[in-house]
Amino acid sequence: MTSEELVQVAETVTAERQAADFEVNVCVALGCLSQHSDKLKDALCAEAVASGRNCRVRGTGCMGLCAAGPLVRVGKPAEAAAQTLYAGVHEADAREVIESLGNKPVERLEAHLDTYFHGQIPIVLENSGYIDPEKIDEYISRDGYQALIHALTEMDPQSVIDQIAKSGLRGRGGGGYPTGLKWSTVAKAVGTQKYVICNADEGDPGAFMDRSVLESDPQRVIEGMAIAGYAVGASKGYIYVRAEYPLAVTRMTSSLQQARRRGLLGNNICGTTFAFDIEIRLGAGAFVCGEETALIASIEGMRGQPRPRPPYPAVSGLWGAPTLINNVETYANVPTILRKGAEWFAGIGTEKSKGTKVFALTGKITNTGLVEIPMGMTLREIIFSIGGGVPNGRKFKAVQTGGPSGGCIPEEHLDLPISYEALIEVGSMMGSGGMIVMDDTSCMVNVARFFMEFCMTESCGKCIPCRAGTAQMYQLLTKICDGRATHADLELLIDLCDVVKNTSLCGLGMTAPNPVLSTLRYFKHEYMEHIEHQHCRAGVCACGRKPANELALAGVTA
Amino acid sequence: MSVAVDVKTLVIDGINVSARADQTVLEVARENNIAIPTLCHLDGLSDVGACRMCLVEVKNSPKLFPSCVLKVEEGMEVTTASPRLKHYRQTILELLFAERNHICSVCVSNGHCELQSTAQSQGLTHVCLPYRNPSLPIDASHERFVLDQNRCILCTRCVRVCAEIEGAHVWDVMGRGIDSLVITDLHDPWGESSCTRCGKCVQVCPTGALSDKSKFGSDHPKYPETVSYLNMMREER
Amino acid sequence: MSDNVTAIASKIKVATVWLDGCSGCHMSFLDMDERLLELGSQFDLVYSPLVDFKVYPESVDVALVEGAISSVEDEHKIHHIRKHTKFLIAMGDCAVTGNVPSMRNPFGPEAILERAYHENVAAQAQIPCVIVPALLERVRPVHEFVEVDMYLPGCPPSADTFYTVLTDLLAGRTPDIAALTRFGA
Repeated sequence: MTSEELVQVAETVTAERQAADFEVNVCVALGCLSQHSDKLKDALCAEAVASGRNCRVRGTGCMGLCAAGPLVRVGKPAEAAAQTLYAGVHEADAREVIESLGNKPVERLEAHLDTYFHGQIPIVLENSGYIDPEKIDEYISRDGYQALIHALTEMDPQSVIDQIAKSGLRGRGGGGYPTGLKWSTVAKAVGTQKYVICNADEGDPGAFMDRSVLESDPQRVIEGMAIAGYAVGASKGYIYVRAEYPLAVTRMTSSLQQARRRGLLGNNICGTTFAFDIEIRLGAGAFVCGEETALIASIEGMRGQPRPRPPYPAVSGLWGAPTLINNVETYANVPTILRKGAEWFAGIGTEKSKGTKVFALTGKITNTGLVEIPMGMTLREIIFSIGGGVPNGRKFKAVQTGGPSGGCIPEEHLDLPISYEALIEVGSMMGSGGMIVMDDTSCMVNVARFFMEFCMTESCGKCIPCRAGTAQMYQLLTKICDGRATHADLELLIDLCDVVKNTSLCGLGMTAPNPVLSTLRYFKHEYMEHIEHQHCRAGVCACGRKPANELALAGVTA
Repeated sequence: MSVAVDVKTLVIDGINVSARADQTVLEVARENNIAIPTLCHLDGLSDVGACRMCLVEVKNSPKLFPSCVLKVEEGMEVTTASPRLKHYRQTILELLFAERNHICSVCVSNGHCELQSTAQSQGLTHVCLPYRNPSLPIDASHERFVLDQNRCILCTRCVRVCAEIEGAHVWDVMGRGIDSLVITDLHDPWGESSCTRCGKCVQVCPTGALSDKSKFGSDHPKYPETVSYLNMMREER
Repeated sequence: MSDNVTAIASKIKVATVWLDGCSGCHMSFLDMDERLLELGSQFDLVYSPLVDFKVYPESVDVALVEGAISSVEDEHKIHHIRKHTKFLIAMGDCAVTGNVPSMRNPFGPEAILERAYHENVAAQAQIPCVIVPALLERVRPVHEFVEVDMYLPGCPPSADTFYTVLTDLLAGRTPDIAALTRFGA
């Protein structure tokens, strides 16, 4: 395909859309789908036909505010910004929605969410909710693949790397490693065959940013990987996606086929000598396979266990070849960076953390869903403005970022401008983007215990500190929750945190102690209350009555 | 003319040593009689850096590195022993003793066990961590050998020797984390597996997890050094 | 080891106790043979299965405790011993690690009692419950109940080990335990 052909496709799609007087966009990403938005879409189609009006019903990707689903956005095709957003729409509402087109909106369904979207800068999510993720042409109609063609025909690989480096993009999977530097290392590494891997094994509890991108805008990831392949000299790419995301897998599979048919993957892409294709590999239910060397082992057909680094995958990775491995969100930033320029991207965010970050806002928060905010925005703004604050009149206690590798941040740090460094300084980390809000009904010791149980069950078992250390720490935390622990137990726990953190083979073990350490830093009094007074101020732990394990079975959570 | 070998000079525990570029810090340390404890390492088998006993400190890095896989670099400054490393090594041993059921007094490898001797050399006299006492099986289905899971430390030497030296790959690991188990074939009883009965896994097993039925009491010395000898003979051919 | 290793005045009060042990450590202790006489000039054995005292004294200087804590009686005894002892030595693998008695832990006390008193008994099979103390859910080493001042692993620790350790202690020196003995020694 050439640039001109892309423009033609875009024009065709736009014309088709504008041929309808009205369009009804229904979110068919997993959140709304689980609320039967597919049936809703069918009902709307039926009502649209029955009404005889010239309106088009489309399925789109995630619109962001998952808590308010199923979401439907209606209005004139040419005026996207003026469209009305309906929340909590069900099959029975279909007729009313169709009848409201061009008339007064249905008041009881209207979502008034100015504060939710205010301040968000969609880059990774710029197409989510606006295109049908199962139609490549719709992606093309929103400047899709312009960046790839521009890179292939008008830039050399080094210039592409320079743009990424200049943009300041850092790994969005959690590590925050400078992306341009990683690409440069792989490009310079010696090897005739190189690989590009997309880490879509999103394993953190509460994180669904990557799933959303894969379900709502899969072509974006393909384009990003192809550009990366061109930049580093790789001809083959793998998307390693967890098998627990079947919708993402089917959409990505069909997206790859469509890209191939349009000549955007395969040999002689866009008439150049660049050849690149992508295969999907499924995970098998192991959180540890999100660790890059374990992921590589898994693709190689071996047990998903990490390997000591060095050597790093950039030099010796998949089958010993130089391998670029980046997260879904990292690749998703690439097309826009190339299209709008590195300076534009670097103009967003803070000095060392450029661009935006997608967060999955969950827990005790009014507006649960995905938000994409510029780095530098404060936690307070995200939680209390965009997030709508803590519901049911309860008091904010802490926000957990970085999943089982991260930490809890208390109220005193809410005015922290988000950046990789700032989060580490307060004892947490950016992680992949999970952001779990907790109120005064959360017991911080039980939170630490929850994450330790996760690390213990997900440990691959290769190295002793993680395999046996997480089990010992979990037992100690359970003892504390049950009110049977002594001060000596707490000291032992703290010592084990140090040993496991410094001697584990991979990031899973090294970061498993983080939730314990961060809750100890800010909520030590809760630990002491459990130990000295057998008291849990949040009312969660049994502390001498029923053991914590039994409570867990009864459905009581942090 | 001989091919020039790339030589590096580095400092280990304050001692200047020289090494070939492809050597690991562990190899060079042992050549110079500097003791670094190991459990999963065995000369002749690939290194996995799993047990973390051989971790060393490297100047200008806050991280610790497993010396069994760390390649030497020019000017590197390595510390192999410090109070911190000693504490870590003792804790790792304690984690092992507490993980499964290691009763030295009744074990076939009492007196010939690397876990036991490493504990002694590291000054471990008791285990602070609570014993887990898991319920683990014994597989005595093989006519010559016994697998006692209670004594296994998951060093995977058996897996590696069977795959790399014998070429049969009968042993592998099943499960994940603390529930991991070494198994033969697809968790078939050892006696019914594709085992070739060569006995190398028994010889390389550092504890009494794998043992020979013909041995009495704890009269069961092992000879794992045969592995590197086999490698050498094969290379000569 | 605690910091209670100080030069103790002559004729210190020594006690030995066996809990859930086989008495092998005591036999090894006795294997010091004539060296016992030499040491005996420096300490008084104020309580021991080897002598006739029935009541644990109010104040003991050094206690050598053999055996793991397996029953409620063991648990009761060890707390009493700790309360009335200045320097407590966990003697032998049973006291230090649980050792052979702890091999019942993966099965649980009910299964053990069943096997011992029902399955393996031809006549009058019954699980004893009069006088015999109740078994704890899990057999555990001494230090999981009380603070221990010194650990002497070994099964049993050799007579030489006992001699060196006691001589060092009486002279106010700290013995290097790992150099003398190990688990399963």
